[in-house]
Amino acid sequence: MTSQPMTKPTFTYVTYIKSTPEQVWDALTNPEFTRQYWDVEMQSDWKVGSPWSAKGSPMSGKILESNPPHRLVYTWMMPDDPTDVSRVSFDIETIGDIADMVCLKVLHDELRADTDMASKISDGWPRVLSSLKTLLETGAPMNSWAGIKRSCAGVSACEEVA
Amino acid sequence: MTDNLDTVFKALADASRRALLDRLRAKGGLTLGELCEHHDMSRQAVTKHLAILEAANLVATVWRGREKLHYLNPVPIAEIHTRWVSKFERTRLTALNNLKQALEKKND
Repeated sequence: MTSQPMTKPTFTYVTYIKSTPEQVWDALTNPEFTRQYWDVEMQSDWKVGSPWSAKGSPMSGKILESNPPHRLVYTWMMPDDPTDVSRVSFDIETIGDIADMVCLKVLHDELRADTDMASKISDGWPRVLSSLKTLLETGAPMNSWAGIKRSCAGVSACEEVA
Repeated sequence: MTDNLDTVFKALADASRRALLDRLRAKGGLTLGELCEHHDMSRQAVTKHLAILEAANLVATVWRGREKLHYLNPVPIAEIHTRWVSKFERTRLTALNNLKQALEKKND
């Protein structure tokens, strides 16, 4: 990786999920799945260079890396400021000899220091990931994320606070 | 669902460890050395506390070259939050918390 965490804010989130890499990949890329825990429908063919969009959210971006079911990297762009482009990397790893346990790492970097995207995503990702974990482990989505409309990783949640 | 919250609550039940999390919330991506600079703890004590926080998944680490960078990982805290706080309570609790902070003049 070439980013410089000391000069730009970078966030790393980790969650352990009782699931398989294939199911976690599906949870990140299948619009029917993302709607349930994220309240947005992620849409893309998930091929390098392709765009992604999210029905229910103003966010969009482009696929930078796609290695199902292990690694997915895309850009993260604000619609009203096309220069505000950051990067999200998902790493899906199995853990040694523990069966059916997956470690999902989300790294959000290349955030601009002069916008409030960092504070928005730092509120959103933990809730998205905990809701994803609950959905995969119990089959039921977390009630506190669904219902917050037009949000993507906390965009609207922060507006509530403001 | 496996409930591994015992580790999380035990890790949080210590003022020094909470201070380390505060520091990582203010600035992510710190090395062990940088974390030691701002605390009245020995390097060994900070190492021990970080190991407990990592085991509870409250601290995530990223290797960059030979440096191990530490980040606050609030996902387990989000799990606690979403388990007991419903979506309807969220805005009101945030308002109450903002009020408390304003009255106590705690700015962060």
